[in-house]
This record gives sequence, C-alpha cells and structure tokens, in this order.
Amino acid sequence: MNNQPNFNELNQLCSQVRRDILRMVHAVNSGHPGGSMGCTEYFVALYFHLMKHDKNFNPTGANEDMFFLSNGHISPVWYSVLARSGYFEVSELATFRKLNTRLQGHPATEEGLPGIRIASGSLGQGLSAATGAAQIKKLNKDPQTVYVLMGDGEIQEGQVWEAAMYAAHNKVDNLIATIDVNGQQIDGPTNEVLNLGNIRAKWEAFGWEVIESKGNDMENLVAQLEVAKSKLGKGKPVLNLMRTEMGYGVDFMVGTHKWHGVAPNDEQLANALGQLKETLGDY
Amino acid sequence: MPKFTYTEKKDTRSGFGDGLTELGRTNPEVVALCADLIGSLKMGDFKKENPERFFQTGIAEANMIGLAAGMATAGKIPFTGTFANFSTGRVYDQIRQSVAYSEKNVKICASHAGLTLGEDGATHQILEDVGMMKMLPNFTVIVPCDYNQTKAATIAIAEHHGPVYLRFGRPSWPVFTNPAEKFEIGKAQKMIEGKDVTIFASGHLVWYAILAEEMLEAQGISAEVINIHTIKPLDVDSVLNSVKKTGCAVIAEEHQMNGGLGESIASVLAQHHPAPIRLVAVNDSFGESGTPTQLLEKYGLSPENIVEKAKEVIKLK
Repeated sequence: MNNQPNFNELNQLCSQVRRDILRMVHAVNSGHPGGSMGCTEYFVALYFHLMKHDKNFNPTGANEDMFFLSNGHISPVWYSVLARSGYFEVSELATFRKLNTRLQGHPATEEGLPGIRIASGSLGQGLSAATGAAQIKKLNKDPQTVYVLMGDGEIQEGQVWEAAMYAAHNKVDNLIATIDVNGQQIDGPTNEVLNLGNIRAKWEAFGWEVIESKGNDMENLVAQLEVAKSKLGKGKPVLNLMRTEMGYGVDFMVGTHKWHGVAPNDEQLANALGQLKETLGDY
Repeated sequence: MPKFTYTEKKDTRSGFGDGLTELGRTNPEVVALCADLIGSLKMGDFKKENPERFFQTGIAEANMIGLAAGMATAGKIPFTGTFANFSTGRVYDQIRQSVAYSEKNVKICASHAGLTLGEDGATHQILEDVGMMKMLPNFTVIVPCDYNQTKAATIAIAEHHGPVYLRFGRPSWPVFTNPAEKFEIGKAQKMIEGKDVTIFASGHLVWYAILAEEMLEAQGISAEVINIHTIKPLDVDSVLNSVKKTGCAVIAEEHQMNGGLGESIASVLAQHHPAPIRLVAVNDSFGESGTPTQLLEKYGLSPENIVEKAKEVIKLK
C-alpha cells in the first residue's frame, strides 16, 4: 500500500484489466463485461492502493483489509485484479468459465482460488457477510477495514435492507460498502425496471454515513474512498455511492445494459482492444 | 415396562440452550446469533454470560445467515437460532450459497420443528426441513431424540468443522438417554436389540419407537429399535446390518414422508438390500392447531401406528 497514489500507474493497470476482461469473456462467449468494466477503477484502487492485503492468501483475513464482492457476476474484473496482484498466475485467466477451472462463472470457494472468501452470484447476500466479518474484526480488536461492493439493481433485494438496518443499529463503523450506481440492470435502466428512488436519502435514513464518488475517474475515486476511510470509527457504517458507466473504456459498450451479460464477437473484440492499451502484457 | 424409563420430561430446545451455555464457557470461538427468539431458543444464558459474542439480528433471518457466514469466514463458529421454519425454507438460498457452497463452519440450530410445535399451527410446523437440508452438499443433518442428546449434540457439532443443521423441538418430552454419553456424529444408536423387525426413528419419535417395542413384545414380536440421530451422513452400515438380520423395517419420524429419513433409508435398502418397509410420517399434508400428542395421533405418528406398521411389514417378508 502506497500513501501517494501513482495515478498514471493505476490507470495503466485499468487499461490492462479491461483487456483481460474482454479477452476472458470473448474466449468462452459468456460472462459479464459491462459491470466489470464499469468497476475496474474501483478494484484497481482497492487492490493496488487502498487495501492492506497479502497475496499469500489468508482466508480469515486477520489483520488485513477484507473485500467481499456481492454482485458476483462481475467476477472477470476481480479475477483479473487478483491475478495482476499476484494471488495466482495471470495465465490462469485463460481458464475462466472452462471445465475444471478455479475461475468459476461466479466466484466460489470450492475450487480454492486464492482471494475468494465466499461464493456470490445469487444477489443480496454480500453486505450481510461483510457485516458479520466486520463485527468479528471488532470482537478480535483487529483494526482493519471490511469493503463490500454491490450493484445498484442488487439493492432491490430485501436482504440488503435487513443488513443495512443491522449494520447501522450495531454501529459497524469498520465497514465501507460501495454501490455501483450505473443505472442499468439486465432488463433495462433501473428507473424503468424498479426505480431505486433517492438512494442516498434511503441509506442516510437507515443511519449510514454516505459519500459519493465518480467511479471511472481514478483521482476522484481514490480521493473519495480516502474520505470514506476518514469517516470510519465514528459509530456509523459508510456507504460509497459510486457513479459508473457500464462498459466504460470502449466506445460502443459504454452506458448501456446491452453488454451486461454478453460477450463481444471477434470483430467487436478487435475493435475494443484497439481502444485499450496493452500496458502490462496480455495473459 | 418399556426398556427405557424416564424420571422427568424436558424440551429438547432446553438441551440446545444448555449445550450452548456450556460451549460459551469452554470454547471462545463460539458466537451465537438469534432472530428475536432468545426465550424460545433458550439462548438467554449464553447471551448473559457472553454479551460480546451474542448477536441479536431482529426479525431478519436472511441477514442472520449471511452474518453467520461472514463471521465463520473471519474464523468464528457461529450458532444461529430461530424456529426450524425460519431456519430453512425462509433462508434456503442464503444457506445454499453463503454457507453450504461456501463451506462455512456455521451451525444452524432450529427449534419448534414438526407437528409438536402444537397450537401455533401449520404456518410454523415445518415438516420439510430435513429434506431441504439433507439435499445440500457439505451439510450434516442431526435430529436428536431428547434433552440429554440435544445438549450433547450441540456440544459435539462445535468440534466438527463444517455446516450443520441441528433440529429440535418445543414440547416437554421424556428424557431417557444417558446424560454422560458422548454424541457421535454419523453413528446410529442401537437402543434395543431385536430380530423380527427394525424400527428406525429420529427425534421425538424415538421415544414412541421404544413404547411400540414394548407393545410388540407383549404380542410376541421382537423389534430392534435404532435411533438415527444423524440423518446425514447416514450410518449405512448400521442400517444394512440391522435389516439383514430382521428382514424388514419401519421408519418413524416427525416429518413429511417425502424427503425424510424414511426416504433416505428406502434408498439405501433399494440399492443394497431390498426389503419391505413401512413409513410412519406425515403423508403429504400440512399440520394444524392442536396439542402435540393430539397432532401426532391425528397424523398417524403414534406408538400404535408404529405397532400396526410393524405387524404389517413383517407379513411382507
């Protein structure tokens, strides 16, 4: 963890991670590129700057920051960032979604992929798990932070609100939850499928400290996550409302739900990769 | 006289509560969660003695299961407590993904199971939980038969690494097992030796199997009574060895026929040693309000029903 972020380096990582995502989903003609590309800056910021973590993976996360992915379908971005962080060889990204892989379609623990602590994919469960882990950190007098990412469509699940109420009531103030507000879900824009209303007001009403960030602007995102960290330890869980664009980084994929769960074809892949510099070497 | 006697009746949920209290004193890794049913689950002593390790979740069972999974991730041994209905069907997907598939060391402790919940009626009388939980890979499913055994099982599952479903109940029930006996997960318990028919039973119905054995003996029939407290993993050897000797079986449980212990034993016998069986269980229906014993009688789960089925199945040998 560096105190001074090197934004040039972080942005170069983002370009490579987006290439990884597109090549992974293209290779098996399945997976979820849209949300993965929208959240690339977030994952890179967490693993390459903000979190204290060890690539020699300790499942209990003792004395480390812990990350939980609740919207498990954006597994490609997590796998890429874990591999680029040294949790496993980047060459293993080529096995994504293939038979006998550790890189399951949705994150899982059964195959023992380093970096994954709990399965996710069925939505709405990650905030509960993160809250439980955060409470045990407090019980163990472990000063580190628990992070969790959810999708915005995901907060249509009732369990999210059970957890939101619980975390505030119990003053779980070592927890930073992030909602990826891209305004899209499988069937269309969230405000058409089931309007989320004033998300900020809802979480504030539940007793959370809410900050906002621009998830595809690395400098803003890092600065706002530092603000989020500064709000820890004050009796409230912290929520980062992170505005992103689904498919960010490739002109024909950006800002639409159409790339939620669809892989690019050969021609589209070539076009997309032409827009993303190979900065660290493809896997 | 039945071959087992009792001097007192106690509810199995108190066995859970007392076992949990003991764990609170002996195992610092144990934490407990409860969804607004501390009194019903008898978790008050644990809470009083270990306030920092007790988590009140409110009426939010889905979150409780997720919290427990997160606490297990961070290295603790969480015991969740609520009614069996809200411990299983209500939160099946949460258990499936966050606990079973994720191989979390969570103990799902479920009270008020089955018809003997009584007057509250069918909304709360879950009769499908064993079926749901035994279908989940990685899960161990335990249904102890009395207070002593429930207490011993509660203590034993803390030592077992992996997800466990522990099912117990509400009513006062005879306490007839040895309190000093250690609970062995996955080991069937032969209560009474016999030769004409095997009665396999779980939970409250083990006591009824003991009463049925006495009635059968009076009619010149020698019944073997085996307590299957661990539904999964099933003690296949004990099942087969007994039926190879007796040639037929009755399986008695406070559960639907579909998905219950009877179905598990039927599968083992059909594959390895076909033999006639009869089931004493609820036949594809919901329960209703009434006292526990009234309900067991109405739904065909009485000692007399076990006797009748035993005589019937012997004729099929």
